[in-house]
Amino acid sequence: MSIVLVGISHHQAPVELRERAALDRQRAAELAEALAGGRSEAVVLSTCNRTELYLADESADAAEEKAEVALLALESKLGPALYRLRDEEAALHLFRVAAGLDSMIPGEGEILGQVRAAHESGATGPLLDRLFRQAVQAGRKARSQTAIGESPASVSSAAAALAEQVFGDLEGRSVLVVGAGKVGELAIRNLVSRGATIASVANRTGQRAEELTERFGGEALPLERIEEELVRADVVLSSTSAPGWILTREQVEHALHARKGRPLFLIDLAVPRDLDPAIHELEGCYLYDIDDLEAVVAETLAGRRREAARAETIVAEEADRFRAWQASLDVVPAITSLRARAEQIRDAELSRAKLNDAERRAAESVTAAVLNKLLHLPTIRMKQAAAAADGVIYADAVRHLFGLEDER
Amino acid sequence: MAELLFWPALLAYGEAAVAYLNDVRHPGLAGRLATWGVRVGWLVQTALLALQAARADGFPWSTWGGSLNLFVWLVVGAYLIWGCQPRYRLLGLAVLPLAVVLFILARVGGGTGIGVQSHYSNLFLVLHVGLVLAAFAGFTLAAALSALYLWQERRLKRRESSILRLRAPALSRLDEVAARTIAIALPALTLGIAVGIARLRDRGGGFDALMAVTVVTWSVYSGYLVLRHFAGWRGRRAAYLVLAGFVLVVVVRLGLPVTHFAT
Repeated sequence: MSIVLVGISHHQAPVELRERAALDRQRAAELAEALAGGRSEAVVLSTCNRTELYLADESADAAEEKAEVALLALESKLGPALYRLRDEEAALHLFRVAAGLDSMIPGEGEILGQVRAAHESGATGPLLDRLFRQAVQAGRKARSQTAIGESPASVSSAAAALAEQVFGDLEGRSVLVVGAGKVGELAIRNLVSRGATIASVANRTGQRAEELTERFGGEALPLERIEEELVRADVVLSSTSAPGWILTREQVEHALHARKGRPLFLIDLAVPRDLDPAIHELEGCYLYDIDDLEAVVAETLAGRRREAARAETIVAEEADRFRAWQASLDVVPAITSLRARAEQIRDAELSRAKLNDAERRAAESVTAAVLNKLLHLPTIRMKQAAAAADGVIYADAVRHLFGLEDER
Repeated sequence: MAELLFWPALLAYGEAAVAYLNDVRHPGLAGRLATWGVRVGWLVQTALLALQAARADGFPWSTWGGSLNLFVWLVVGAYLIWGCQPRYRLLGLAVLPLAVVLFILARVGGGTGIGVQSHYSNLFLVLHVGLVLAAFAGFTLAAALSALYLWQERRLKRRESSILRLRAPALSRLDEVAARTIAIALPALTLGIAVGIARLRDRGGGFDALMAVTVVTWSVYSGYLVLRHFAGWRGRRAAYLVLAGFVLVVVVRLGLPVTHFAT
């Protein structure tokens, strides 16, 4: 059995092509079912960055052709962007994908769940089942033993992580949102997912502010009431399209007196900026604008790339383990036949011998021990040879020497 | 026997100090090794102190070296309460090298030996020296927390792009833990001073410079708690005040051999 991978990814295919080949979970499961059959196995991995078909089949060429036809049926222009990998290379590729090493953002965490989901909805047999299980394991290992996925990789998650550097746990911390545009929404999601509470949303138009408060909670306010809200807020998130300062140093300074030394973290995602940069000079106030956040993200991404080198080693080790296991499959039938033949001879000889019950039990025990000891070393050696890519030669030699050809 | 316990404890503290340094560069295994170093070192030092207590005639840590030995044990013990959490490992970088140096000084000062004789009563010294040293250990830890606060605050103010790569405990948490440590240490110092004054009145004796500095230290930390509670002093100003108090703690510790124990 060979493993074949045919797919497209963000490396070669632009989003216009990828979106045409993208499949939801249901359609991916149906395609996997359609591609499998008999002893063949299939798994379809489809995310926003890739659509990959993994097949296990007796004939690698036939499987590859089948996968290509299936992908081209989704979009005929995919041809030049398709890549094809087999066996060891296909396994290593999947392990790298699961570890987030092939992602646009190194170490992104979503892909591991997507690989797991593809496995669950695939038409797997022994080979692809083992491959995907080990891929998920490799992905987990790369994340737990390196810091590849630890630091935030987007401006909005960096803003939330910085707020945690000031307050620790964000549970119960109140957020004042200024501006109800799409830009701030991701940052709101990140803050809320870490336990922060949206206390109020201030916006020029009340309708959009109310839409946001319906989804994330809090109170919709007119912009004029920001200053009084500053006394209560721990985090201020601003992203309006106003041309001038929405909040000045003087306004914040005024609010600080009533805050009793509580720190204030301000996030300015707007261009042009909403918050007076001089606010950052005030004691206990930390203001980060879009450039500051992007600099933090660039640094964390550089850190992720450094960690990626360590993750590559882990993934390569896992791929080696899988290769050794797959290679051992070449010799397993020969080992099984050899043991079956030996057992057959032992049974035949024991049935011919005239022994009482006690003698028979003793003879059975002794012959079983002899047989096990005799076959132990050849079994080990054959598995070792299989791992070193000589497995087929050894298996053929054993079949020839012991007359097992008919049992193939 | 004391030798058998001093060197392993020193080795474990030393290992922890080096491992904390490595943990900054490659977080993970080094940090865990450091934590275990602190735990093992502290347990071995505990055994050393227990042995000293069992074999001593009177209070075994009444000398300058002895009090330093006990002081190290108290500082590391207080650190162990939360220092093992991954986020607080950076604190270990300040505490453990200090512990190693002071532990060596304690040995040089003859404070790690066995069979020490003391002319003070056990009860008085346990209460007076024990409580004052426990308070000073708390203040030392609070100073380390405040120093870490100021460093982290500076990084946030400078908007250092590496701030999420090398993560320190959150500002609010550092501020809160330092305040809590002082809130526990200050009553211990108050009681320790009260015992000393009671003995002074009972047996007579002069009021030396060290006592005066200790009272000033008490005033600084009391002022810190009052300002924090009533005037909302938090953050940078509060951290500087804690460090100012710590300077006085250092003066008292260094002044011990020349003034207090000599009287």
